[in-house]
Amino acid sequence: MSEEFKVEIVNPEKSFLVKDDVSEVVVPAFEGEMGILKDHISIISFLKPGIIKILSKSGDENYYVEDGIVEFKNNNLSILTSTIFNLADMDKSKQQDLLKQAEEEANKTDINDQSKYLADQKVEVLKTLN
Amino acid sequence: MASLDDLKKRIASVKSTQKITKAMKMVAAAKLRRAQESAEKGRPYSEKMNNVILNLSNGISDKENAPKLLSGTGQEKTHLCVVMTSDRGLCGGFNSNIIKKAKSYFAKILDEGKELKIITVGSKGNDQLKRVYGDKIIENISFKESKNANYFDADKVGKMVIEKFEAEEFDVCTIFYNQFKNVITQIPQAQQIIPLNNEGEESSSEESYEFEPDEDEILSNLLPKNISTQIFKAMLENSASEQGSRMSAMDNATRNAGEMVDKLTIEYNRSRQAAITKELIEIISGAESL
Repeated sequence: MSEEFKVEIVNPEKSFLVKDDVSEVVVPAFEGEMGILKDHISIISFLKPGIIKILSKSGDENYYVEDGIVEFKNNNLSILTSTIFNLADMDKSKQQDLLKQAEEEANKTDINDQSKYLADQKVEVLKTLN
Repeated sequence: MASLDDLKKRIASVKSTQKITKAMKMVAAAKLRRAQESAEKGRPYSEKMNNVILNLSNGISDKENAPKLLSGTGQEKTHLCVVMTSDRGLCGGFNSNIIKKAKSYFAKILDEGKELKIITVGSKGNDQLKRVYGDKIIENISFKESKNANYFDADKVGKMVIEKFEAEEFDVCTIFYNQFKNVITQIPQAQQIIPLNNEGEESSSEESYEFEPDEDEILSNLLPKNISTQIFKAMLENSASEQGSRMSAMDNATRNAGEMVDKLTIEYNRSRQAAITKELIEIISGAESL
């Protein structure tokens, strides 16, 4: 019995990634990191800024996301997100750009608590990357 | 009758117009392919989004306290209409079709004594609407700088709509756009996005989900995103429709120009022959009189 399932990452422009030999996916869910294995119960949750780790036979991959929704059903994991970057393709300058943007956002005074929290999260995650 | 010189000039000018329309048609055809591709690629996202929301709203426990974006404000007094058109002209009936659809909807709303607010996306729609509904237009957005429809732009519009909704500036929001069916047919659409109209759609799965955090919280996070997604979908459909419409309009124009050139050429040849005949008659009758 194989322990693999299918993951699909979609962004508004296209289907970003489809993989069907995944053994585990760790997503930064809103209430904490969540590891998903095969035969997980059907779940819907949403993401906070963080790193998606995809562990598969063909190698591990890491993606940086800023927001999104995850849906897991019948061993199909769908991740809908508007901002996603493959960490392998992300160079230092890109990281710095994103960090600067996030810091600016976090320093705004006229935003509500939730967006403040999300912006702080972004800063934190991006800092750990450097 | 126009002189030979005039006819020659007219033929030349029609021919150069034909060249332009032909070139525009080719450009539109190339862009159409790209626009169609991105419209197709964008579909999974909005479909999945729809699915998740459907599952969520079925699973929601307390329908009365559902987020306002889903259930509405409980009244229908003020309508916000987002009319999405192109920034460029020369695309046949593309813009006028949306405007026509929107105008008939506006008339209906005003007849019912409701308040109307308009946001125009794209400058062509603004041009056509501001004459009659100028005082109703509260915002005009145009994305002339962006080459292709992108999510970032759609998100800007979506955020603005939500901001206005949260400030209780309107109760119902409808977007107007052209749905791309094929190159010849584009169907103007009016789609209500606030409150979300899910009637008639049943969730495909009977399965129950686990929600983390609970349904309400996910929904209130998800619904604003759905607005942007719907607007983005409309933008993609619109850009494919625009190129399709332009392509068929330019194709027609090229054909018409060809017909005109043919007609003018016949006229030119006739008058040339008439002039020669006239000259011959003059010469012959001159010779006879000697």
